[in-house]
Amino acid sequence: MTALSLKNLDISYGETRITHGVSLDIAEGESFALVGESGSGKSTVLKAIAGLAPQWTGSITAFGKPRSHSIDGHFARACQMVFQDPYGSLHPRKTIDATLSEPLSIHGIGNQNARVEAVMASVGLDRKFRFRFPHQLSGGQRQRVAIARALVLEPKILLLDEPTSALDVSVQAEILNLLKRLRREQNLTFLMVTHNLPVVSFLCDRLAVMRQGRIVEVANVAQLKRGALKEPYSRELMQISATHAA
Amino acid sequence: MSTPLLEIENLRVTFPTPRGDIDVVRGVSFTLGRERLGIVGESGSGKSMTGRSILKLIRAPGRVSADRLNFDGIDLRNRSERQMRAIRGARISMVMQDPKFSLNPVMTIGEQIAEALLTHKRLPRREVGERVLAMLESVRIADPERVAKLYPHEVSGGMGQRVMIAMMLIPEPDLLIADEPTSALDVSVQSQVLDIIDEQIKRKGMGLIFISHDLNLVSSYCDRILVMNTGEVVEECRAGELQNATHPYTRGLIASIPRLNETRDELPVLDRSAWASK
Repeated sequence: MTALSLKNLDISYGETRITHGVSLDIAEGESFALVGESGSGKSTVLKAIAGLAPQWTGSITAFGKPRSHSIDGHFARACQMVFQDPYGSLHPRKTIDATLSEPLSIHGIGNQNARVEAVMASVGLDRKFRFRFPHQLSGGQRQRVAIARALVLEPKILLLDEPTSALDVSVQAEILNLLKRLRREQNLTFLMVTHNLPVVSFLCDRLAVMRQGRIVEVANVAQLKRGALKEPYSRELMQISATHAA
Repeated sequence: MSTPLLEIENLRVTFPTPRGDIDVVRGVSFTLGRERLGIVGESGSGKSMTGRSILKLIRAPGRVSADRLNFDGIDLRNRSERQMRAIRGARISMVMQDPKFSLNPVMTIGEQIAEALLTHKRLPRREVGERVLAMLESVRIADPERVAKLYPHEVSGGMGQRVMIAMMLIPEPDLLIADEPTSALDVSVQSQVLDIIDEQIKRKGMGLIFISHDLNLVSSYCDRILVMNTGEVVEECRAGELQNATHPYTRGLIASIPRLNETRDELPVLDRSAWASK
C-alpha cells in the first residue's frame, strides 16, 4: 500500500517557485531519501508535507487521504517530522516531559503519563531526564527527545530533515541505529532529507536526487551501492562522497 | 621541512569551575613544519581550544600554560597582547567555522579584506584595491569587482567562506589555522573550498592546521593527523595510514561512519569505557 503520495507538487514561497512538479509514491514501511545540495528544494518538500509551507498546488496524500492546505489534525496524527538541529527544535524553557506531553494534549489523548514513559524508553532515554530542560542534555540526547516527540502520537510516517548532520560521527551512529530499530519495531515509513549518501546507504531503500526543485532521478539503494546511478548530476554527487571517503 | 614552524610542548588549557579547575587540553605536544596537519576529535575533545591557544585567543577566566610554545623562533608565551596583534593575521591567521557570524555585517567585502591588509602594512590606496581584487580572484570568485561591493548577507555561505579565506590569506601569513572551515557548508561546496585552501597553502608554502570532526575529510586533505579525545592526543599518524590506527578510540570513530556501500545492519557505537579508565 502507498503510505505517502505526492502528485505534481509545486511549492512557492511568495513569488518564488521552489519546486516544479514533484511526484513521488512511497510504499508503507519503506525508507525513502531525498538527496541534493542546499537550495534544491528537498527540505521544502518535507515542510509542505508537514504543513509548514502552505503555499502549494498539486496533491499530498497519506494512506489515501488527501492533506488539506490548513492545519490538518488527522494528517498530523499519521505523519510527524524530526528537524535537523536538536539545539533549535526543542523549546528551551519546557521540560522534556512538557515537550512530550504537548502533542498528546493537542490531540486529546489520555493516559499521558504512561505514554510519555513508554516513548522515552523506546528511544533509549533514561527516566531521570524526564523533568530536565534541553540545555541539560547533550546533542544526541536532544535528538532522541525530538524523535520521541514525533513518535508519541504513534504516527505511521516520519519525516526526517537531516536528522544527524548536526551531530558528531559517533553520536550519528547511535541515532542511525535507533532510527533503524524504530522503523523495524513500529513498521514506520521514513521520508528522509540528507546530503550524506553513506547515511542513505545505511538507512534507506530508495532515493530521489533533486536539483533546482526537480527530481532528476529515482533509484534504489542497491544501485547507489554499486555506483550505478544514471544521471550525470547524481554521479557528480556520488563522486564527491567517494573522494571524501577515500 | 628543516626547522619546525611551530613547536608545542605540554600545552594545557584550564578553566575554573565551581567544582575546581578543569583541564580541557591536557598536555598536548606536537611540532609543525610547512605541512598540513589535521586535528580530529568529537565535540569537547579540546581540538578548537588547541587551535585558539596558539593565537592566545583563550579568554579569561581560561588559562593557557605550556613548557614550550614557539612559532618561528618566537616564544609566544611571553608576548603581550600588543605584540600578539602584530602576529595575528600577519604571521598566523585563522579561518572560522561560520561565515555568517565571522564577517562584519555592516562593512562591504572589499573593505573588510582591505582592512585585514592595512592593519599590518601601509600601502597606497590603489595598490590595496588591486590586491583585494587579485585575492578575490585567486579564491575563485568570478566577478571580483561586483563581489567586493557586496555586504556579507548578499553572498552565499560558500562564497562567504571564500571571502573569509581571502581575508585571512591577504597578509600572507606563514601558518593558517582552519577551525571547521567547511562544516557550515554544503557537501558540494565543501570540496571546492578545501581545494582553494589547499591550492593557496601549496603555492605559498605555508603550514596548515586543519581542525575538524570529519575523519574522512581530514585524511584526504592533510599529510599528518592528530586524534584528540578529552583533551589529549590519543593517536598520531600519517593521513594515508589512518585505516591502520591502533588506538581503540580512533578505531571506534572510523567504524562508526557509514560507508557508501554499507552492508552492516547496525553501526558499532563507541564504548567509552574502553579507554576512559586511563
